Amino acid sequence: MATAQGEVILEVNDLRTYFYTRTSVVKAVDGISFNLRQGETLGIVGESGCGKTITALSLLRLVPKPAGRIVGGEILLHGEDLLQKSEDEMRRVRGQKISMILQDPQTSLNPVFNIGNQLMESLALTHKEGRKNLFQRAVESLRDVNVAAPERRLEDFPHQMSGGMKQRVVGAIAMSLEPDIIIADEPTTALDVTIQLQYLRLLKDIQARTGLAIIFITHDFGVVARMCDRVAVMYAGHIVEHGSVRDLFNDPQHPYTQALMDSVPKLEEKVDRLYSIEGQPPLLWDLPEGCLFAPRCPHARDKCQEYPPTFDIKEGHTADCWRLDPSW
Amino acid sequence: MQRYILRRSAQGLLAIIVISMVVFALARVTGDPTQVLLPDEASEEQILQTQIEWGLDKPLHIQYFVYIKRLTRGDLGNSFKWAGVPASELIAERLPATVQLSAFALLISAAIAFPVGVLVAVKKDTGIDYAGKMVAILGQSAPSFALGLILMWVFAVQLDWFPTSGRGGLSHMVLPGVALGYYNVAALMRLTRSSMLEVLDTEYVKLARIKGVSERRVIWKHCFRNALIVPLTYFGLIGAVLITGSVVTETVFAWPGLGALVIEAILARDFTVVQAVVLLFAFTFILINILVDILYAYIDPRIRYS
Repeated sequence: MATAQGEVILEVNDLRTYFYTRTSVVKAVDGISFNLRQGETLGIVGESGCGKTITALSLLRLVPKPAGRIVGGEILLHGEDLLQKSEDEMRRVRGQKISMILQDPQTSLNPVFNIGNQLMESLALTHKEGRKNLFQRAVESLRDVNVAAPERRLEDFPHQMSGGMKQRVVGAIAMSLEPDIIIADEPTTALDVTIQLQYLRLLKDIQARTGLAIIFITHDFGVVARMCDRVAVMYAGHIVEHGSVRDLFNDPQHPYTQALMDSVPKLEEKVDRLYSIEGQPPLLWDLPEGCLFAPRCPHARDKCQEYPPTFDIKEGHTADCWRLDPSW
Repeated sequence: MQRYILRRSAQGLLAIIVISMVVFALARVTGDPTQVLLPDEASEEQILQTQIEWGLDKPLHIQYFVYIKRLTRGDLGNSFKWAGVPASELIAERLPATVQLSAFALLISAAIAFPVGVLVAVKKDTGIDYAGKMVAILGQSAPSFALGLILMWVFAVQLDWFPTSGRGGLSHMVLPGVALGYYNVAALMRLTRSSMLEVLDTEYVKLARIKGVSERRVIWKHCFRNALIVPLTYFGLIGAVLITGSVVTETVFAWPGLGALVIEAILARDFTVVQAVVLLFAFTFILINILVDILYAYIDPRIRYS
């Protein structure tokens, strides 16, 4: 795994996305910061409901309206703040600069239009040319994601395709406008294990070819090890630990990361029962004071009643935990 | 697909045969047409004479078979009331008026209900949505004859913008068209709204937005066609109901259509005309339903009949 040293293309600072319901405020994303370099893959890991997907949708400014709102922070793409852009300008960012692959291929394609239509619709946004040329481009897009007989496939409707094939098509659509960044939101969770591997390889190949940056959202550390250069571990809307894959696997510092690692089955060890983390993630509309993991943390002390600052462990490896404080 | 259409047509034919029996029987329950045809002081002999003349003296099942035999030759029978005029001629005379009014009402409901339904779905939980809800509730709680009378009083009598009744140019169609269409606008709009809301929440709509497709295109291309299936079913039904069920409105506005004809025929115990009109209504219903089913397959490729 080569550590990418491309220039920083995306910088997220103190991003906050809240959901307003009649009775409460749900802090789905509560002050996260990270950056992304050209050609690298950043993993975002965490349990369901920890804010991974909302982070992704925030980057595209597609947070479900009207309940969800980005209430603070900056999203700097090539130095320009996306939060300051008009809806029209944002539309040209979507697909062309930042694109996304959704989790479930079964539902991500429109059932009433054929593949060609959906692919060419996307292509037509930047290529103002005749149907014939668009068709040729669509054929090439499908070829890029290893779809056999692309000319014929373009005529097919989504229900005529397998899940793995559909996810390739979704990938082709996401990549059709040559974005700088692809957000892959658990793109393989809904696929068969054998197909998963193929798909991950495909993404890696495309990345090597085009130099795009990937934000890979997953809850699977095996996938992280295979795909990512760096990882951000999310818990209840915060990034609690952030570092290179090597640092996180060899030297996890946050108790939550450690617990997640321990709950991954290992081939070389024989255990009677897989480790699981006690308790439940906190309710996002009723967050505890202080460290959000404290109620489930075996190391928690009084100090944890206060939210910890972000401690630098070494260059590029940080964690939000009081145990890293010299006075602990 | 062809086999599906054939099978549906066969089912439709069977339904029409059953309906013809029911209508035939029901019409005869209402009494003897000779009582209406002849003056009160007619003698027994005269009555018998008339009954033989019209074939009313034979047992019911014989009468039915005679009726069916003629039907297969395209003969709907002659009217009792309009002395010997073929029922088909009476229908042909009135059908255009009904079709015209129904088509106009259908056009009004579609032209209002679909766009407004989409709009209130997109503007969910805003003032526009609540206003739409009010309009819908009013529409569904006001029967068309009551609305017809109110419209007539306000726009024909007080404001004198439109004629009160009768058939003529476009201006004659407006009031009965709105009275007929409004009830459907309400229901159709609510269906479109809920259907749209469901589709707006799907992953493929999310993907369309991620692609950078404009919001207008997301709504009208990606959502509307998917959301159309449910309201379309209802649209087909109201199309049939409008043609067959405008009896009340046609009466209120003195519109010379089939509804008015059937009322006159019932009052005169004119069996043949009632039978002919009801059979036509049944046929229309079945035909529209088959057409809607074919439309489904066109709109949604997942629906393939086999």
